[in-house]
Amino acid sequence: MSFEPRIVGFLCNWCSYTGADLAGTARMKYAPNVMTVRVMCSGRVDPAFVLDSFRAGADGVLVCGCHFGDCHYVEGNHKCMRRIAITKRILKGMGIQPERLRLEWVSASEGARFQEVVDSFTEEIRALGPMRLKEWAFIPEQVEAAAAAHGE
Amino acid sequence: MDKVKVTIDGQQIEVDDGSYVLEAAKSLGIEIPTLCYYPYMAPYAACRICCVEAHGVGGWSKIVTACNYPVWDGLEIYTDTPRVINARRTNLEMLMANCAPVPVLHRLAQQLGITEPRWKTDTNYTCILCGLCVRICDEVVGAHALAFINRGAKRDVSTPFQLDSESCILCGACAKNCPTGYIKMEEIENRYIVHKEMNLSPNAAITLPFRQAVPNVPQIVRENCIHYKTGGCMVCAKVCPKDCIDYGDRPKFEEVEVGAVVVATGFDSFDPSPMKQYGYGKYPNVISSEEFEVMNNAAGPTGGKIVMENGEEPRAIAILHCIGSRDHDYHKYCSRVCCMYSLKFSHLVKEKTSAEVYQLYIDMRAFGKGYEEFYERILDEGVNVIRGKGAEVVPSGYRQHEEGHLIVRCEDTLIGKYREIPVDMVILSTALEARQDAKEFGRKLNISTGADGWFIEAHPKLAPVSTTTEGIFLAGACQGAKDIPDSVAQGGAAAAQAMKLMAQGEVMMDAAYAVIDEAFCSGCKMCNDMCPYTAITFDDAKKVSVVNSALCKGCGTCVAACPAGAIMARNFTDEQIYAQIEGMLS
Repeated sequence: MSFEPRIVGFLCNWCSYTGADLAGTARMKYAPNVMTVRVMCSGRVDPAFVLDSFRAGADGVLVCGCHFGDCHYVEGNHKCMRRIAITKRILKGMGIQPERLRLEWVSASEGARFQEVVDSFTEEIRALGPMRLKEWAFIPEQVEAAAAAHGE
Repeated sequence: MDKVKVTIDGQQIEVDDGSYVLEAAKSLGIEIPTLCYYPYMAPYAACRICCVEAHGVGGWSKIVTACNYPVWDGLEIYTDTPRVINARRTNLEMLMANCAPVPVLHRLAQQLGITEPRWKTDTNYTCILCGLCVRICDEVVGAHALAFINRGAKRDVSTPFQLDSESCILCGACAKNCPTGYIKMEEIENRYIVHKEMNLSPNAAITLPFRQAVPNVPQIVRENCIHYKTGGCMVCAKVCPKDCIDYGDRPKFEEVEVGAVVVATGFDSFDPSPMKQYGYGKYPNVISSEEFEVMNNAAGPTGGKIVMENGEEPRAIAILHCIGSRDHDYHKYCSRVCCMYSLKFSHLVKEKTSAEVYQLYIDMRAFGKGYEEFYERILDEGVNVIRGKGAEVVPSGYRQHEEGHLIVRCEDTLIGKYREIPVDMVILSTALEARQDAKEFGRKLNISTGADGWFIEAHPKLAPVSTTTEGIFLAGACQGAKDIPDSVAQGGAAAAQAMKLMAQGEVMMDAAYAVIDEAFCSGCKMCNDMCPYTAITFDDAKKVSVVNSALCKGCGTCVAACPAGAIMARNFTDEQIYAQIEGMLS
């Protein structure tokens, strides 16, 4: 069976979620791999959400917000952009490819762009392969298990 | 002011002491011919055409000039005696001795019964040296650019050294008031002539912004107004009987507090000049639909007549649909109104002229109530309806008998043939497009624009007049191309929505807002700067930050920023989102 990436998408309520809705009502076909979490603003996306998604087994995380200047909350997307930049560095430090996290601006009218973003990101993650995070040693239970195995 | 009684031609009138005979005669409606008189300047009595006979107490009488002879109590004036006519005739003949017979002198000569002036002249010189131009330039305009030069027979009016004067502001007051037309306006080194014509047109300094402007009052165009160049003139203030002229008036910004906003900014008309194939801007008889509407206006430049550039009535007109709409290079959408207004145009052309009309359409979209019936009526009127988009407009002339025409090339898709239609005029039915600054304006109101630039409604079916911003509603073509009935309907709906907000008197808040748990807040104030709505303040007594739930819009930026996790976004809590992630990936 081929690898189907599991991607968590955080979409802002006003632009990207509406854009995704538009892609749906316009009957556009896009990869079913992105599972969306609606947030009011991309500024709501806590870096912890991204890390938690990876912990829970996501292969990629997509964050979508409004274009600059279009933010419903004036500049939540600016804050999001900075946080994502930091989150990428954290991911790198943790040994996760920063490419697994992507930030995109999709406006409410850009259904086609949402389709394109989802498709290309899915393909990118597919190329990167599965995360296999659960096999890694620093999952607490596994660390404990490994420690137990070493008899410590 | 003291009043004095004067009698003019047997009619008695009471006038202000210190006024002049000419003014008194004018208020009685007695016509006294003048050449050098201008009502808003001191009289000068240069032309001496206005002479009248004054009779005083004791029976004396003399010829005086009406424009500068002051009235006094008991003065008797006669304007039509043989003595007066004789004096005017002699004065006019002397003027004509040094001046070519310009129309105004010719007319006066006829009135005074001069068939042949006693002193002849063969000059082309048309100045009567009345000095009106010099005085206007000094006294009214205040530019002091004109003066008399030379003496005796060589006397003339001119700018210093007969050169282009820098003092001249090119206002045209001299040329406008010159009785004989001696002074003419010319462009000097590309300097802009202030008054090309003295009427309510865009070139005048006082003009209506546009026809049907609301409020429909004239305004001063500063760059054209003499007063703002020299500080002089102010003739309009003297003319206005109600003292309405306020030179100090400036555009003002007014802040109005409102509870709801209805956006009805309308549309722009597509500019067809980039579509070179239609020759718009190149051939004068290729006009846009908007220009045709202006031409059709009974109050418009042609008085509602449909004419070509040369003033002749066209013999054939082609109306090209879908210019800029349904076109993948410009706008993909259908502008909705063009089919019907194009049909209206052909009806008007048929009504006003005997021209042949060709409609070149892609699809005839007669979608509304009574529209299809109108289309059928147009067909009955004998309009040639051709299914096929106009491909090109070229000048004819490559065939002898078609000189001066335009040729419209198209494919008639119903008969499957390429056609060339000779016409005199082409009307381009241009698309409706979003206002150029729609995006910028939308950002100010926090409403978004779609790919075409139209404002996006909150929901295409369920909230067609609302926007994603509470209290802002859309009406008319700013939301998408639509015709008048639809715009009116949407305007009514938007107004009703705004009324609903106001009638309620209170605003329903979204349940999504942030709450700070005081027990966890460390008082780091990190969230205070995050909030774009300044909804978070610091409580100095408790040393914690507090969210004002009325100001909070629930974006959650502060929630993501709080290092202590003390802020909860209601309905979007961390737990809810973690649960969603867990649920999706388990």
